[in-house]
Amino acid sequence: MELKEKLVSSFLAFEDTIDIHSPVHDIRSEAIKTFETNDFPSKKEEAWKYTPLNSILKHDYSVFPKQENALEYRDIKKYFIHDIDTYKIVFIDGKYSSHLSQTTHDGIDVCLMSSALNKPKYRLIIENYFNKVATKDSLASLNTAFSSEGAYIHIPKNKLVEKPIQIIHFSTGNEAALMLQPRNLIVVDENSHVQIIERHQSLTDNPVLTNSVTEIFANKRAIVDYYKVQNDNKNASLIDSTFVNQKDQSHCLVHTFSFGGKLTRNNLNFYQNGERLDSTMKGITIIGEKQHVDHNTLVHHIEPNCESHQDYKGIFADSSTGVFNGKVVVEKLAQKTNAFQSNNNILLSDKASINTKPQLEIFADDVKCSHGCTIGQLDESALFYMKQRGIPEKEAKALLMFAFSNNVLNSVKIPELKQRITKLIAMKLGVNIGFDL
Amino acid sequence: MLQIKNLHASVENKSILKGINLEVKAGEVHAIMGPNGSGKSTLASVIAGKEEYEVEKGQILLNGEDLEDLAAEERAHKGIFLSFQYPVEIPGVSVTNFIKTAINETRKAKGLEDMPAKDMLKMIREKAEMLEIDRKFLSRSLNEGFSGGEKKRNEIFQMAMLEPKLAILDETDSGLDIDALRIVANGVNKLKSKDNAVVVITHYQRLLDYIVPDFVHVLYNGRIVKSGGKELAHELEEKGYDWVKEEVNA
Repeated sequence: MELKEKLVSSFLAFEDTIDIHSPVHDIRSEAIKTFETNDFPSKKEEAWKYTPLNSILKHDYSVFPKQENALEYRDIKKYFIHDIDTYKIVFIDGKYSSHLSQTTHDGIDVCLMSSALNKPKYRLIIENYFNKVATKDSLASLNTAFSSEGAYIHIPKNKLVEKPIQIIHFSTGNEAALMLQPRNLIVVDENSHVQIIERHQSLTDNPVLTNSVTEIFANKRAIVDYYKVQNDNKNASLIDSTFVNQKDQSHCLVHTFSFGGKLTRNNLNFYQNGERLDSTMKGITIIGEKQHVDHNTLVHHIEPNCESHQDYKGIFADSSTGVFNGKVVVEKLAQKTNAFQSNNNILLSDKASINTKPQLEIFADDVKCSHGCTIGQLDESALFYMKQRGIPEKEAKALLMFAFSNNVLNSVKIPELKQRITKLIAMKLGVNIGFDL
Repeated sequence: MLQIKNLHASVENKSILKGINLEVKAGEVHAIMGPNGSGKSTLASVIAGKEEYEVEKGQILLNGEDLEDLAAEERAHKGIFLSFQYPVEIPGVSVTNFIKTAINETRKAKGLEDMPAKDMLKMIREKAEMLEIDRKFLSRSLNEGFSGGEKKRNEIFQMAMLEPKLAILDETDSGLDIDALRIVANGVNKLKSKDNAVVVITHYQRLLDYIVPDFVHVLYNGRIVKSGGKELAHELEEKGYDWVKEEVNA
């Protein structure tokens, strides 16, 4: 059976298992119809032209894993930022693992989507926020239809959350092929500040397809600092759709580090529903072999006096392919907008490629918008210079590439995470040098 | 220390060096002078192992070892240092981190452990002081936005840190004002010993007032056409290169 048919037919069975009186029942039913009508996106759609999904849709994915699987912390410790105290929301094959998690209801809610969807005390938040910023495209709708588990984070006003929150999804490979659809909701109220790290990690080479949706609401003067660490196994693919709704003077930063996986698509959408707020998107992509990473960003400037900053660096080796599609819309009302976008790429092989496309739609007349993209190779004269000083070719290249992506790393605010990413970069570049630049 | 025998080299099939013979012994300072396009910088690059240059004939020996099959970094590990005429800008890599990496990679190649951080810092401080380099300068991106003089001073700073056996200074005097020239030359003189050697490539005699050569060679059209003592540099300064060209062409 085709994956689409399988999903549509399993929806009824799925709805039976959960409370059909829940406020999201109608939303789910509507969403499955949208998916059924629109199907998975095809290459014919402009937004998916360079990211064909055929190769990842062909597997016979298990949509509801049958058994509960356990993991020992010591075996997966390395995937956590473990040298600092953090909250943890951990899932194994889509199921919550209380054993590995550390949640809280002490002044803030760091817990599960399944609880939030079912317990009356969360009803108001769910009614006000659930599926309110996610778009109704087919993949987000598919996720909405099956939304039952994920992270639920609600930070009431005036809270500075001192510990970062880690959201980690493991897949054990106990299923021959597994499809996961995590759904996260993050609501940060006035003046509050939170740091979140998200990771999807497959532990075997069995195919995994994750269709993840995250909705983030940053209310007045909230600061949301979000990090996505993508370094998955070679048969794991991720379609991540993250939607951010911002209110006055909020700051929201999303860093995306894409170092692995088979196919990764990052749909990152910011909606600026307030004044004097700031949206920042940064990314480092370092891939090789036949890996594919696609960053599809949108910033919708709706109100005046706001800023957006985008800075994406990409390094592509072997036959890897990259896509950057950055759309900035500035509405007529959004005067005094400052919108900056930059996408710089290095191709290390003749077979690697990157398609980069800035898309600016500006309807206001008093704005500052800039965009720039570059595609280049490593500077040969710099390499000779470094080699002349005794730095071998491989290390010299690594140092140049690290320096190239360094300004993205500089804005990482959790030192232990920064250190970890630095190590991942060194590993990815195959060198053993400390890049303390 | 350095022996060059009948060296022919080309770049993109264009023959540039056409039979160079040169011997530099430990403790000596040699100056190589010559008009533009005579092959001076090519000679420096070929000794340092730049891959674009093809050695067609002849040999370069360092302490008796043929360098032909050695990559640029391996030559550096054996003690060859080239002060670049145009030092390359490397955004995002600080002067300090660059020199640390260079030193530790060289040590690694020799089977040594990394230099302890404390020793490294001490050495950096001493050498920077010797060359009157401001501390702030060391945390800047390598050569990025440096003035001509700063770039050259930074080259000599790296030379001081790496303590090479054979230092080739390619037009180190260009872009330097007189004060910077004096500082740089003093630095080179302090680094000079009976165990190492310096080859100074220059257009002008100016630098040679400070770094006094034992031998002066004139490179013209890919060959060393004249050699002499330091007085030859004065003669060239006075009369220019035309008389040398005429002698050769006669």
